[in-house]
Amino acid sequence: MSVLRHAARVAWKDLRIELRSKEIVYTMAFFGALIVVVYSFAFPVKPDLVRAAVPGMLWVAIAFAGTVGLGRAFDRERENDTMRALLLAPIPRLAVFLGKAAAISLLVLLVALVCAPLLALLLDVDLFAMPAELLLLLVLGAIGFANVGSVFAATLLKVRSRDVLLPVILYPILIPLFVAGTSATEAMIAVKPDLDKLWYWIGFLGIYDAVFLVLSMWVFEALVIE
Amino acid sequence: MGALDKVEIKKLTKRYGTERALGGVNLELAAGKMTALLGHNGAGKTTLLGIVSTLVRATDGTVTYVSSGAPVEGEHVRRQIGMLAHSSLCYAELSAVENLALTAGLYEVDGSPEAITAMLDRVGLEPKARDRAARTYSRGMLQRLALARALLTKPSLVLLDEPFTGLDRGGALALGEQLGILRDAGAIVVVVTHDLEAIAGRTDHVAILRRGQLVFEERGSYSYEQLKDVYHRFAN
Amino acid sequence: MSNKGIPVLAALAAIGFVVTIYLVFTYAPLVEDPVLMFNQKIFYYHVAHAFMLFLATAVCGVCSLVFLKTRKPKYDDLALASAEVAAMFGAVVLATGMIWAKAAWDIWWVWEKRLTMSLLLWLVLVGYVLVRRFAGSSADRLAAGLAAFGTVGIPFIYFMVDASDHHPKAGAGGVAATLPPEMKLVFWLSVLTFLLWCVALVMSRVQSARAERELREIRERGLDAGLFT
Ligand SMILES: Nc1ncnc2c1ncn2[C@@H]1O[C@H](COP(=O)(O)OP(=O)(O)OP(=O)(O)O)[C@@H](O)[C@H]1O
Ligand SMILES: [Mg+2]
Repeated sequence: MSVLRHAARVAWKDLRIELRSKEIVYTMAFFGALIVVVYSFAFPVKPDLVRAAVPGMLWVAIAFAGTVGLGRAFDRERENDTMRALLLAPIPRLAVFLGKAAAISLLVLLVALVCAPLLALLLDVDLFAMPAELLLLLVLGAIGFANVGSVFAATLLKVRSRDVLLPVILYPILIPLFVAGTSATEAMIAVKPDLDKLWYWIGFLGIYDAVFLVLSMWVFEALVIE
Repeated sequence: MGALDKVEIKKLTKRYGTERALGGVNLELAAGKMTALLGHNGAGKTTLLGIVSTLVRATDGTVTYVSSGAPVEGEHVRRQIGMLAHSSLCYAELSAVENLALTAGLYEVDGSPEAITAMLDRVGLEPKARDRAARTYSRGMLQRLALARALLTKPSLVLLDEPFTGLDRGGALALGEQLGILRDAGAIVVVVTHDLEAIAGRTDHVAILRRGQLVFEERGSYSYEQLKDVYHRFAN
Repeated sequence: MSNKGIPVLAALAAIGFVVTIYLVFTYAPLVEDPVLMFNQKIFYYHVAHAFMLFLATAVCGVCSLVFLKTRKPKYDDLALASAEVAAMFGAVVLATGMIWAKAAWDIWWVWEKRLTMSLLLWLVLVGYVLVRRFAGSSADRLAAGLAAFGTVGIPFIYFMVDASDHHPKAGAGGVAATLPPEMKLVFWLSVLTFLLWCVALVMSRVQSARAERELREIRERGLDAGLFT
């Protein structure tokens, strides 16, 4: 269990730095809010139209703000080459991956929790009809995003064009996750909520997260070592 | 698993895409010896240190780490490595004390305030800076912190990549002294540097790389003049 | 894989191509659909290319994983070759799919299940090619990671496209199992032809990658011997 202990140490270090500067949280949350506001101007606010469009808005906002936060979180490890220090430490490299992914999951979840109420407020949709299910959905989405995101952001650390390559790599892999999140949210806020559909997509996300977590754990070390 | 006695580098080759950084280097590093690794810019010194530090994977060839007569690998090797590179490997947002505490936690060594203070005293980081975020440090202060970080874990394989850059004359001398202490305590010390003066008289082993190949290797102590002479004869 | 195999495969593919084209237009019966009619013939090429797209992508994914674990360049060469060939076949799948859609439904793009899957997979491959080009010395690792994740993601894309009701579904183009025997024969002949063609392309791409490496090694030996300075 030393893997988990060290992973917690790595994650806690990230969170402590973030708690001190709050840079990523504030900018990510603001960026997410901006996207939401831009959306509310980009589409006519009509009840049935909004109901159809809000799930997509929520998940696209998560995707964009998440990518920005992910890039910045790994920029921090690049500044003084501290990623090398982590990989050099006598802890399983798996722990480095798990720690980073856990910290980033939390950040992404936080942004989702800023965007969702804002969408509900500005566009007057009842996103919180099923709060527990929505939270579960957002948690699963954040974990999946952070997990795939951490693997590739860590590998891209020394690549010059990492900022453009990060979405180029991430989004094709993450499309099923975003579609699942959107479809589940849709089922949740429909006039007549479709529970079968909702749980199908939550299950889909659960399996997606599990499969890619295993894959990430398996290839992380091979990817980050030059 | 304890200290490393020997590192054997055999036929080490590294390619970055189409470029060859190392082409079949053989080298043996022994406990209690300080090796100076010299060569022009782009000769492959940093790459060699990267592979020895397990952060870069060789395209071909092997590095064998020996501890009490038996080969070791993975975390046991990393536990023994102390690294001092261009960059400080310390978090800019954390203070010196916090950085060292984090390192102590990851390496599971004594991270008590007393131990950390003693280490910071040893490298000469001024007391009033110790609780400030490292981003406010000058280049030399950061380098001292980096040295403290490397020494804290009591490494037996110390890899230094141009450790003298940014240090004032006094700092460079003090660093040279610390390396001497480590070497005398039985560590394997490898220094990559262009500052021949700083290592003159301290090395037991000189190796020169040229375009990824080992072109000169000699054991024994070298004075500044001798170092300069072999460098000019072989590095070009 | 030998050098000699490539021309043989390519020749077989060429013969296969001529034979298939002949059979497609003379032997295979016309469909009875009044709209499709002659247009249905593109099916023999469209679906055969789609098969190759998935096959080559799977090869790329597996080789990428093996490369990541072993770092043997030969797996990387094979992964790169199959990714490029898959991207090419994917482009043909999308183009022929669009032509089919125009003929059948009079619009250029429909979110038909298999076409959507091909598009999503093709995006991974385009990403792969971009990474290869722009990621500098980390390109091989990164691209291998992308291919591995992308290939593992195929089942998710499948179930996602299957369950998602976002796009109005257009009817599927013919399924091999329900074809009359003459069509089936021509169809599988076409698949075989493009399989040969696909293998020939991958092999020659691997050959060129290997030749590049050998040339570089010879040059390095020259440099070591002090030839070019
Ligand atoms: N990440 C990389 N990607 C591509 N090429 C690299 C990379 N790292 C090093 N190289 C190449 O490998 C060769 C050796 O580089 P290395 O950094 O080991 O040299 P060095 O001896 O440390 O030089 P310096 O004295 O300038 O620090 C150089 O030609 C360099 O261009
Ligand atoms: Mg260097």
